[in-house]
Amino acid sequence: MGTIFPLSLAGVSFIPGGTPVLREVTLAIAQSSRIVILGANGAGKSVLIRLMHGLIMPTTGSIRWAGTETRPGAQALVFQRPVMLRRSALANVAYGLKLAGIARAARQRRAAAALARVGLAHLAGRPARVLSGGEQQRVALARAWALEPAILFLDEPTASLDPNAAAEVERIISDIHGAGTSIVMSTHNLGQARRLADEIIFLHRGRITERTPATLFFKQPQSAEADAFLKGELP
Amino acid sequence: MDALNTALGLVASGDAKLLSIVALSLSVSLSAVIVAALFALPLGALLAVGHFPGRRILTVIMNGFMGLPAVVVGLLGYLLLSRAGPLGPLGLLFTPPAMVFAQAVLVMPLLAALTRQTSEDAWREYEEQLHSLGATSLQATATLLWDVRHSLFTVLLAGFGRAVSEVGAVMIVGGNIDGVTRVMTTTIALETSKGDLPLALALGLILVTLVLAINALAYATREWAQRRLG
Amino acid sequence: MTTYLRHILLFAASFLLISAAQAADSFITVASTTSTEQSGLFGFLLPVFEKGSGIAVHVVALGTGQALDVARRGDADVVFVHDPVAEQKFLAEGQGVTRQEVMYNDFVLIGPKDDPAKIAGGKDILAALRKIEAAHAPFVSRGDRSGTNAAELRLWKAAGIDLDRAKGPWYRDTGSGMGPSLNTAAAMNAYLISDRGTWLNFKNRQNLSILVQGDNRLFNQYGVMLVNPAKHPNVKKEAGQKFIDWLVSPAGQSVIAGYKIGGEQLFFPNAPKEIPLGDAKK
Repeated sequence: MGTIFPLSLAGVSFIPGGTPVLREVTLAIAQSSRIVILGANGAGKSVLIRLMHGLIMPTTGSIRWAGTETRPGAQALVFQRPVMLRRSALANVAYGLKLAGIARAARQRRAAAALARVGLAHLAGRPARVLSGGEQQRVALARAWALEPAILFLDEPTASLDPNAAAEVERIISDIHGAGTSIVMSTHNLGQARRLADEIIFLHRGRITERTPATLFFKQPQSAEADAFLKGELP
Repeated sequence: MDALNTALGLVASGDAKLLSIVALSLSVSLSAVIVAALFALPLGALLAVGHFPGRRILTVIMNGFMGLPAVVVGLLGYLLLSRAGPLGPLGLLFTPPAMVFAQAVLVMPLLAALTRQTSEDAWREYEEQLHSLGATSLQATATLLWDVRHSLFTVLLAGFGRAVSEVGAVMIVGGNIDGVTRVMTTTIALETSKGDLPLALALGLILVTLVLAINALAYATREWAQRRLG
Repeated sequence: MTTYLRHILLFAASFLLISAAQAADSFITVASTTSTEQSGLFGFLLPVFEKGSGIAVHVVALGTGQALDVARRGDADVVFVHDPVAEQKFLAEGQGVTRQEVMYNDFVLIGPKDDPAKIAGGKDILAALRKIEAAHAPFVSRGDRSGTNAAELRLWKAAGIDLDRAKGPWYRDTGSGMGPSLNTAAAMNAYLISDRGTWLNFKNRQNLSILVQGDNRLFNQYGVMLVNPAKHPNVKKEAGQKFIDWLVSPAGQSVIAGYKIGGEQLFFPNAPKEIPLGDAKK
């Protein structure tokens, strides 16, 4: 089992029904990255993440993992709003493992361990849908983490959460990265980006205007659009 | 009022014949719903989830068959199960299994169409997440069905209502044989044709009350299950 | 997925096994008429036979024409109807094995209290029918190829009335069984011909009553036949023959005579005392 990296996008565009949402995106993501995608509403952040994850297909261009077109299973995506099945929190986490073909005993073990790592061991038996928004998002993270992904995508994971829950989620994301998973996430929250990013990719109207190490980006962005965004002039 | 008194009198007397007719009605229709559900529920969910050629045509046909008259189903069942028909050697005509078969066929489109609708609504919520986790269409179908199980319960009740209230199909494939294939609806039809309208009405009252009671029980069970198990 | 399919196959297999087992249970299927069933005769007669022989009798009650058709498809073991002409045709087709007469009852002419055709109390059915036609009084016919309907049509013919020409809004063809036709006649205050058994059991009489009876031409003969096992190998010929033998035996005949409604005997056994020539058993 070799590495799935680099993830390379070459000339990728997404033009549903004639409307260009993403244009000519070319980038490569290496192992152990911690990348945050920033941009205004409608810039194409969610679409870019879904393309990289393989949920949608590009209109033009190619997406390659370690040079091949095969979509690897060692990846996961956490959505802005967590989708919980009508079963216990533990069963939700185990579900992802079941799909991956893991045997029952191992499933239960790994799921319980993942829940413990996100601090929800005491809620394992609770119906997932009655948990709070923050708790559900943590279950979603546990579900993704249990798969031991090489790369984790997150699409505005704290946008629907209160500050406490958001802080908890940020801590978990750091832990996941610390355990060796690459992180690619989008966010609105500049403070969050500052806290979590090693690199910033800035999207403006479907194009990447710059890709800069985080510390540099926040001191001196390389593109006019990013500059305007940081100054609050873009929505 | 006459009918009400007759009804109460019948029930109070615990008439053995009445009890066996009611028991047969319930067991035939219940079996029919179970048999139909085995095929209809996965089909309905698959139609909501899957992307295969002919999906839309199949959906339209299935919806159309919801309007199949019971008597037509009965006639087709008769032609199939008659000794002169393709399934003749099974010797099922004029037996309760034939009635189960006919009612299952009758109820299948209804169950499938309602399941499809319920699944479609749920699929909108789950589609991206299930695809992200790598579920195949078949796996997604199974997951969806389990997740909408509370709504499916209502779907099954609808199917049961349709089955237990129909008379056209069971009359023809069952033959309304006294003590063997006589159910509530065919008894009501018989008593009406004999001119014993109060008795027919009384039986009708009993049937309606029974169906209401079953629905109430099912509703209560579902509420309890939902509260306890989410 | 495969576990699911396995469950379905298991279920289907047990379903078929149970039905096969049911088929092995001792019973025969008798195609008879709605009027015979609605008279209540079977409820009285069959338990006696079932107790003595251990063979259950499943009666499928339809119109005579339908009953014979069911037998033609091999879906019955015995037919027990009351239309000698149709029965002879059935035999001629090779569908049945020997016809035996079992019992007779009679038809009656039912009519409304106000009696527009003025036939009440008469003893001549043909004269009554002529009066009804002349007055164009409402008349309900079954029109369903039943034994009763066949008899009604024969009576019109015997009265010299060509129904095709004489038919009008007064002649109402309901295409339904005896009971529903009686319901219709009661609602319409119309005349109709019914078998005595169904009438005696009929509860929705409203303004109707018997106006003409006793004419020999209203005689209604019942016959029983075994469906031909040569044509339909699945016919249970031993059990079916047992039932037929019992019906025409002194034991069966006396049970038939014993069936009464309101103290009145409904059916009159008339099976010949000797076994008819040409019977398969001899």
